[in-house]
Amino acid sequence: MTDMPVGERQPIAPPSDDTGILGWARKNLFSSWGNGLTTIVLIVAMVWILSGFLEWALFTANFTASTGSECRGGGACWALIREKFRYIFFGSFPYEQHWRPLFAVIAMLAMLVLSADRRMWNWRLLVIWGVGSFITFLLMFGQLHIPLSLMLFVALAGGTIGLMMRSAVADPTERSAYYALIVIGLVGLVLRIFGVLPSWSLAIAPLSYVETSLWGGLPVTLILATYGLLFAFPYGILLALGRRSNLPLVKGLCVGFIELIRGVPLISLLIMASVMLPLFLPSGTTIDKFLRAQVAVILFAGAYIAEVIRGGLQSLPKGQFEAADAMGLNYPQKTLLIILPQALRVVIPPLINTFIGFFKDTSLVLIIGIFDFLNTANQALVDPNWAGFPGEVYLFAAFVYFIFCYSMSRYSKYLEVELNKGTRR
Amino acid sequence: MRRFAWAAAVGLVAAVCGVAGPAQAGKDLDNVRVRGTLACGLGTGLPGFEFLDSQGNWRGLAVDVCRAAAVALFGDIGKVKYVPTNAQHRFTVLQAGEVDMLLGNATQTLTRDTALGLDFTGIYYYGGQGFMVPKKLGVKSAKDLNGASICVTAGTTTELNLADYFRTNKMIFKPVILEKVEEVRAAFFAGRCDVYTADVASLAATRATTAPNPDDYVILPEIISKDPAGAMVRHGDNQFADIVRWSLYAMIEAEEYGITSKNVDEMLKSDNPAIKRILGVTPGMGKALGLDERWAYNIVKQVGNYGEIFERNLGSGSPLKLARGQNALWTQGGLQYAPPIR
Repeated sequence: MTDMPVGERQPIAPPSDDTGILGWARKNLFSSWGNGLTTIVLIVAMVWILSGFLEWALFTANFTASTGSECRGGGACWALIREKFRYIFFGSFPYEQHWRPLFAVIAMLAMLVLSADRRMWNWRLLVIWGVGSFITFLLMFGQLHIPLSLMLFVALAGGTIGLMMRSAVADPTERSAYYALIVIGLVGLVLRIFGVLPSWSLAIAPLSYVETSLWGGLPVTLILATYGLLFAFPYGILLALGRRSNLPLVKGLCVGFIELIRGVPLISLLIMASVMLPLFLPSGTTIDKFLRAQVAVILFAGAYIAEVIRGGLQSLPKGQFEAADAMGLNYPQKTLLIILPQALRVVIPPLINTFIGFFKDTSLVLIIGIFDFLNTANQALVDPNWAGFPGEVYLFAAFVYFIFCYSMSRYSKYLEVELNKGTRR
Repeated sequence: MRRFAWAAAVGLVAAVCGVAGPAQAGKDLDNVRVRGTLACGLGTGLPGFEFLDSQGNWRGLAVDVCRAAAVALFGDIGKVKYVPTNAQHRFTVLQAGEVDMLLGNATQTLTRDTALGLDFTGIYYYGGQGFMVPKKLGVKSAKDLNGASICVTAGTTTELNLADYFRTNKMIFKPVILEKVEEVRAAFFAGRCDVYTADVASLAATRATTAPNPDDYVILPEIISKDPAGAMVRHGDNQFADIVRWSLYAMIEAEEYGITSKNVDEMLKSDNPAIKRILGVTPGMGKALGLDERWAYNIVKQVGNYGEIFERNLGSGSPLKLARGQNALWTQGGLQYAPPIR
């Protein structure tokens, strides 16, 4: 090599063939005859399909027709969506009160977005979900009656869980608060059972009552999916822990439940809940159909989540369990502080995958006559004034589902990066 | 051993179902009254019969029949709870007591009456299966359809009726069997088959609402089956069945005597003894049913007479534009014939 002084070295631009759009295209799209041909064929196919679609969906589409017959013959009939979108979103909820499901949906979305933020993952989460759920159901029902026994039960459960989780770290004041909660709950419940306390309930009734059979559309899909998964998640964790338990009875029950639920399709569970169950109940007693479907979804999702979480538990090295034992932690502390945080981090991608799956699976409730978002879209097709435009309605429904599922999948991606910061090299 | 266990399990389930079915007897009317609403099971989605409009309200002929019963019971058209069902479990939903009456456009048959333990309460729609063909084929009668390819939905009585008809007439056809109604329609209008067979009302509705150009298609005159549709209730509570039955008959009678929702108040002053009995001016009919004497007046006032609900949902007032045909009154050559209210 020549010994040219350092300062005189001139950087030479790469060959013009390799830079810019042309260079990129040359390298990535036309690197060989075969690739070039494939590129051209694909581009032509894409343009052809896209132009046909745009012609239908935009250029010849009808946005303003007032009946279906005016729409006929042209391109897409988006006027149908314009006419029906309120029904598709909110179902049979009283028309002039559609602001209620609208704000319920906004409350639920706000709740979900807020709890997606890692900074909220502490006691704030409880507040967010408590307030969010209260607003959602108050808007949907219009009136809430909270029975005394439920409040007492919540006090008992809250005290017990708090005591179990924080027995090592709590200061005496906090601990006595938990004891107080337990005592109030327990004594109250016993008195209630023996009839000393009256069957009183707190009535909050600012709006007219709307029963669940009138609910429909997006709020139904969101409630079924959100609360289905909210309850299925801790339930699934318990099942997964139970499945790895050393107690044979607990283990047997958990394995049996998981395998039974995973062995039957969700539809059969829904049909059992909606059609068979009332046959076994005495005449006159009915359990709300929406509640039955919700419970079926929770049971079903719980079994699947349990298996995903079991994968995470099994991936942890034995040393983690032993280290926790050596620290003198008891079982709840070991599980909550050491095992689950690590296990859950591992299973976030498959967990979100399960969530996305269940968000869409809730549409199976249309089988039992609950009007979720897909079913209200279906129903919009039956109106004789607007019959014959299934493509438009299903595209619209698909678009809404896509928005939800794609945001969940992006979130899972973000969370994966976020939670693995510590281990990334 | 395993087989025995299975047999035992199946037997147990069957026994429990068998016991649970008839156990409902007698209480239906009380349940409805206590609840304060009438629960109607509806099929999901037959244009003109039951569907939801853009405001999310139920509309259709079957819906109005349900409303009439609710008005008879409570005097209020709003006291109805609509429970959507589908063709597979509509009867179970009725048997389980989740609904009080079922209006699923199910054809009334002997086995449904007996084996399923249902009671029929009059016929609100006389249907029948027919054929639709493109006009350009030049077919004038179903007898000309020998060798044609025919689109039909799978697993329905429509499919069976079709096979029966062609066998009886010693003709052959090429079936194009598809799962869903929408698929069948799409296949027919795309030219995959020469003929589309279904209930004539549904054919007319399809032609009016889905055909690229309705004038290109004709419905052949032959009707090859009987499909009477009516409200169904469970066996066991005859008084409730009577109320449902007579609330339909009241609408048919009202049409026969020219009582409409518009003139019902003037009709109260009528001298015709039949009208006086129907509207409760001469008391007795309501008491016999265990209802308010104004029951039929309320039905006509709030829901309308049979002609009005037909025209509004299926006839000239709707996009379907169906002719009355068999569903005209018996006085006008149709089949709608209500026993006298007296």
